[in-house]
Amino acid sequence: MAMEITQFLLAAQSADANVRNEAEANLRQLQQQNLPVFLLSLSVELANNDKPAESRRLAGIVLKNSLDAKDAITKEALVQQWMSVDISFKSQIKDLVLRTLGSPVPEARHTSAQVIAKIASIEIPQKQWPELIQSLLNNVTQSESHFVVKQATLETLGYVCEEISHEDLVQDEVNAVLTAVVQGMNLAEHSVDVRLAATRALYNALDFAQTNFQNEMERNYIMKMVCETAKAKEVEIRQASFECLVSIASTYYEVLEPYMQTLFELTSNAVKGDEEAVALQAIEFWSSICDEEIELQEFDTPETGDSCPPHSHFIEKAQSSLVPMLLETLLKQEEDQDQDDSIWNISMAGGTCLCLVARTVGNEIIPLVMPFVEANIVMPEWRRREAATYAFCSILEGPTVEKLAPLVQAGLEFLLNAMKDENNHVKDTTAWTLSRIFELLHCPSSGFSVIASPENLQRILAVLLESIKDAPNVAEKVCGAIYYLAQGYEDAGSSSSLLTPYLTSIITELLRTADRTDGADSKLRSSAYETLNEVVRCSNIAETSKIIAELIPAIMSRLSQTLELQIVSTEDREKQGDLQAALCGVLQVIIQKFSSSDDTKSIIRQAADQIMLLFLRVFACRSSTVHEEAMLAIGALAYATGPEFAKYMPEFFQYLQMGLQNSEEYQVCSITVGVVGDICRALDDKILPFCDGIMTLLLTDLSSSQLHRSVKPPIFSCFGDIALAIGEHFEKYVPHALQMMQDAAKACAHLDVDDEELMDYGNQLRRSIFEAYSGILQGFKNAKAEVMMPYAQHLLQFIELVFRDRQRDESVTKAAVAVMGDLADALGPNTKILFNDCSFCAEFLGECLQSDDEQLKETAGWTQGMIGRVMVS
Amino acid sequence: MAPHDLRRPFKRPAISDQQRRRELSLLRQTHHRRDAQLQARCLASSVLSLQSRSSEPVSDVGVELVPKSESLPEQESGALTKDLDVRQASRLKGAEARKLMLPEWMIDVPDRLSHDWYVFARPAGKRCIVVSSNGTTVSRLRNGSILHHFPSALPCGARTRDVSGSAQSYCILDCIFHESDQTYYVIDMVCWRGYSLYDCTAEFRFFWLNSKLEETGACGPPSHYHKFRFSPVSIYSCDQSGLLASYTGAVPYVKDGLLFYNKHAHYQTGNTPLALVWKDENCSQYVIDTDSKGQVLSQQQVVLELRDDGKLSTSDDPVVIFGCLDGEVIQMSGLRSGDLLKFDISVGGLTLVDGKLEKADLHYLGKVNRARIFADSYSKVMFQHMVRHTPLKFEDLLASISLSDDQENKPCDSEMVG
Repeated sequence: MAMEITQFLLAAQSADANVRNEAEANLRQLQQQNLPVFLLSLSVELANNDKPAESRRLAGIVLKNSLDAKDAITKEALVQQWMSVDISFKSQIKDLVLRTLGSPVPEARHTSAQVIAKIASIEIPQKQWPELIQSLLNNVTQSESHFVVKQATLETLGYVCEEISHEDLVQDEVNAVLTAVVQGMNLAEHSVDVRLAATRALYNALDFAQTNFQNEMERNYIMKMVCETAKAKEVEIRQASFECLVSIASTYYEVLEPYMQTLFELTSNAVKGDEEAVALQAIEFWSSICDEEIELQEFDTPETGDSCPPHSHFIEKAQSSLVPMLLETLLKQEEDQDQDDSIWNISMAGGTCLCLVARTVGNEIIPLVMPFVEANIVMPEWRRREAATYAFCSILEGPTVEKLAPLVQAGLEFLLNAMKDENNHVKDTTAWTLSRIFELLHCPSSGFSVIASPENLQRILAVLLESIKDAPNVAEKVCGAIYYLAQGYEDAGSSSSLLTPYLTSIITELLRTADRTDGADSKLRSSAYETLNEVVRCSNIAETSKIIAELIPAIMSRLSQTLELQIVSTEDREKQGDLQAALCGVLQVIIQKFSSSDDTKSIIRQAADQIMLLFLRVFACRSSTVHEEAMLAIGALAYATGPEFAKYMPEFFQYLQMGLQNSEEYQVCSITVGVVGDICRALDDKILPFCDGIMTLLLTDLSSSQLHRSVKPPIFSCFGDIALAIGEHFEKYVPHALQMMQDAAKACAHLDVDDEELMDYGNQLRRSIFEAYSGILQGFKNAKAEVMMPYAQHLLQFIELVFRDRQRDESVTKAAVAVMGDLADALGPNTKILFNDCSFCAEFLGECLQSDDEQLKETAGWTQGMIGRVMVS
Repeated sequence: MAPHDLRRPFKRPAISDQQRRRELSLLRQTHHRRDAQLQARCLASSVLSLQSRSSEPVSDVGVELVPKSESLPEQESGALTKDLDVRQASRLKGAEARKLMLPEWMIDVPDRLSHDWYVFARPAGKRCIVVSSNGTTVSRLRNGSILHHFPSALPCGARTRDVSGSAQSYCILDCIFHESDQTYYVIDMVCWRGYSLYDCTAEFRFFWLNSKLEETGACGPPSHYHKFRFSPVSIYSCDQSGLLASYTGAVPYVKDGLLFYNKHAHYQTGNTPLALVWKDENCSQYVIDTDSKGQVLSQQQVVLELRDDGKLSTSDDPVVIFGCLDGEVIQMSGLRSGDLLKFDISVGGLTLVDGKLEKADLHYLGKVNRARIFADSYSKVMFQHMVRHTPLKFEDLLASISLSDDQENKPCDSEMVG
């Protein structure tokens, strides 16, 4: 029954694109003609030891991709597709892939292990493959099995455990699987390959072992085996075993106490003497413990404390030995580690862990680290100076400001001088330390800064503006330091004036840095522009608007130059895009900054024509996509220009449509939706001629299963924006829009409450649906309010549902209580009966009126007034 | 097997300014959306912008100005909503955009005075509407002219801090500016931090006024960012002690009569019988109308509007007819329909039957000053008439309260929702 597909599979990997495309087309055709036969043919190919390894490998991959996809919607379709395949085909396929686990070709074994796991993920929860576990266990436990089979089967078990939940099997099966895996790690009985496979399988099965980890005896046994393999002769096994320990540290933190002594010895030996791959995992173990303890501390709520797992203070107990061990790692820098982002070595891992330890233990870290800093920072050897600086930097977050301030103030001048160190690493780390100091200990808006006087600031800026000319890696860190230095003055009232005298030279140096060509990649340039943005955002607008206004033509001319760039390759295109993004970003920040006051808004108004023209040219230089940053900037421009924006609409509308259609780059789509809202508020009913086009695209986007879900809430909010702008003219969209809103409201009720991310999304969705209702109701208030009457009941039911939801977010509450007032306001006496029947309203209002949130109280008060008016009418 | 995900190097914290820009844009959009929705919910900004655009000439002080009732159709609650909408308001012009609630004169004592009414001593001074918005505060007289433009401690009333993004925090207060102590006495709150209180009951508005005004520091002494002091007035429930307190109690301002507000009434622009003013010599310097030199007129004067059919009417809706000019007189004097005419009330006076006007002995004096655009209201004419003949005395007010207190135990249906 199976077809001969070897040739297609080989051709699909040809170097010749034509051959490749044709073969892919052929395969697709076979798949569409008869899926079951196609899947069977793939598994026959995979199982056949006479076939070339290449065609078998691709057969396995295509088979696997027919069962699973990253995207949830595609995945669900594939699952349905597999379940609809005739059972006789499925049985044959399953037999074939299981048999392949014994193949002499390693790649075929590996691929079939993956395929088995994918089938298991569909069938085991449905109890459709009951014999799988037993047949895998037989492979491992039967002594006559070849070690190759055992190895492949253990790998398969690991993958299966990763795919399914332990609740999908009966506990006996769970136990048997884990026993098989853990016994596979046994030194006495098994070969190296089997033990490695078993250790890696355990890593994948750790989540699956929840029940077993609750049982002390079983847990002891598992931990004993892991600790033994952590001392195995073979480095790969040791590494796999430490990876298990890292995962156990975060998954089973609460049961680790009895093992900590052993684990400390194991990890410190590894850090001190083992191969780097193992040592990195050993450090990672402690970083993971820190992560757990930091999280426990952050969510420490003594009054509710019941459900919180216990804090075991492992780091506090271990710090006196742990910190010296980590400090030692800092001295193992590589020569070029600051030049290359992909490098990860023991000194970086150690430094990162040290920072986490500081955040975990707070003040106690200071006496453990400062002697190391003081002893090494003046040493002739650069590694010592760099390590000392790094160590100092790593304790800046964790201890209290009171403890840190004197240390930093005493060390600041030393650090500024170190920016002239002869060694690049030392300068790099020093600049980074300065940026951390400004990030953490420089906050004039809350009344504290380590920069004690205007003279200090002058000295600091003199050093930074000199060092920004240093090597690209150092210059990039200096940009970071300026970024955080400026950030401290955001919303800082009169103290933001302190930066004003330096603004011109800061901007000049940042622009010069952005123009540098000696950076290996564009990182320095983008850091410079990002820093420029922050400097603009945080400047004192009243004093600096003249200086910043001069920046507009400078940025515009740079942006205009990008349009002249020679574009030959896709790489050129990408570079052009990045540069345009950075420059549009700067313009956006300036526009937004200037829009905040009437005096400066006029500067934007005057330049609006030219800016808009430039943005349109930026859009035009791409054929299929619109530029996200330019779009973002246009939203800000629409706000600044107000109704004047209407004159740009005829030309701009095509790009707006393009943005709304870009469901692949969902960020672009989402931003465009936001810009529609900006334009609605700018144009009011002048947007009417464009509404048919916009609403059609928004409704299409909402019904699309392809579009990323995060775009949907903004679309609902946008309905409200449009309705508020065009008032009664929204009538024709009501049937479609309200249908979508009601469907989405229903969908909110079915979201998984245990999934935090999904709950977040649910809250956004609820809020946006309320915003849509608010805009529509207020839009109809003058005329045709009765159009909304048929939807009032449903809206109140939805509000009640949200009210009953105890996990509701404050912003949802606000939107819900406001929309209740809008309903009464817009529909007036017609809603009297509805509100009469609506017993929860009073309860809801009561709750809101008790709130500590002034805004919520006021909203609720307003709504109360609105409903009150309806009730006495 | 997938290697364990390596930790992010601590030394390279990525400052993703793009993400920051997105977030800040979203934040800006959220603020503006909220502003737009709040604006649709009330009309603070329309009061500010419309009146500043108003080209209406400033009228003479002392001339009674009331909104043109025909341009504000008041078909009870339904139409009221419309008046309050921004879009609607933006189509209104000049004189029509006057938003003060104007009391009628008390010519008889309302029922349930002690149950349903508040009372307070009205400060003498300039009635004005005060709007704080966008870092500044503007007070406007009833004719739309600006009284003061100043910084205040009201929400958004001064540029003390960066005010970007808080444009929604406008406030509208109904005030009387009292010259001698340079204080704005707040007698009603129309809009607070962007929330309209138009549709709230007086009970609620006064509660809100009392709890909110104090918090802002607006009642504090003047300073650089707060040019005039604001002050609430003591508002009493109109029972015996409340009435006495407002009538006899010491206040820091010169009294000009007593104001009575129905507890359940919404803030209704224009003349309303749900707010009443009453005065006598003890609580006001200006009981009887005076001429431009401040001399009490020997005879009461009224201003009436001449209608098509020669009838003379008040400014009320529906109008009250005080008499009729015959065609010959009209022709001789060259008068036209719509003219406002001034009359003496002669010796014949006003003849009342069962409290209703039956006959008025009018003596034509001439046309009125052109700045005057409204006739007198019925309640004003009647109050002035009563003051000269059979004034409604404070004792009468007290008596009506003790009378209703006697009946207090009677069950009563209240249809108001509290």
